[in-house]
Amino acid sequence: MKNFKINHREVQSYDVLELCGELDAHTASQLEDSLKRLIDQEKHQIIVNCKQLDYIASAGLGVFMAYIEDVRSLGGDIKLTNMNPKVYNVFDLLGFPSLYDILEDETDAIKKFETDEAES
Amino acid sequence: MAKSTTYSISVQASTKHLAEVRDFIAKHAKEFGFNKQDVADIQLAVDEAYTNIIKHAYKHDEKKTVDIELGYNGSMFSISLMDTGDAFDPSSYSKPDVRQKIKEKKRGGVGVYLIRKLMDDVEYHTEGSVNEIRMTKTK
Repeated sequence: MKNFKINHREVQSYDVLELCGELDAHTASQLEDSLKRLIDQEKHQIIVNCKQLDYIASAGLGVFMAYIEDVRSLGGDIKLTNMNPKVYNVFDLLGFPSLYDILEDETDAIKKFETDEAES
Repeated sequence: MAKSTTYSISVQASTKHLAEVRDFIAKHAKEFGFNKQDVADIQLAVDEAYTNIIKHAYKHDEKKTVDIELGYNGSMFSISLMDTGDAFDPSSYSKPDVRQKIKEKKRGGVGVYLIRKLMDDVEYHTEGSVNEIRMTKTK
């Protein structure tokens, strides 16, 4: 059963991954492939839009844990946006909000990227 | 302990069946009268337990099966997952340090913690060749 998909779009110089459906141990490899592809192409300013993400298990969180350091060491970041309360709750249980930028929407994520850059 | 109602399914140990397992759990948790957040918590706890069995007890051997039993009695809703793979020692787990894991580019090792956070009671038993994780939540 196909219950997860990712749409990729570019907004200005940013790469947006839109997650749709359920992210679990079965579907996490799709997210991993998408992130790896962006990193390989030296695209390090990544926004993950979770508006249509209905569910996340720790295997999904694990993908963000495994790649954030690579992206940050290259001067980029993975910023997460548009999470529904149910999905946010799972990130929150593990203390992600103090380790990742979780923002309201893509506009806020772009603003945060711009502030990060001004500060660096 | 006598249970007023029980349901069970047997599924192959494959992540392909995760969505099906979650649906089974959600249907019964809803019928039992849990609110949306509680249903989501139970679904996630069972997902994590089932995923751990696939990865750690059976090491991705899809020929193996996992038996899932759920039952409710009064205000108590409990779910057991049974496998015949490598037994799991829950004492070796503590609260994960996600900051440290990120530094080391490590993933995983957070499922057991989530299960304990999401459910009211979690017990592990091994009898003969059968391992059981039993998770309970009260309405």
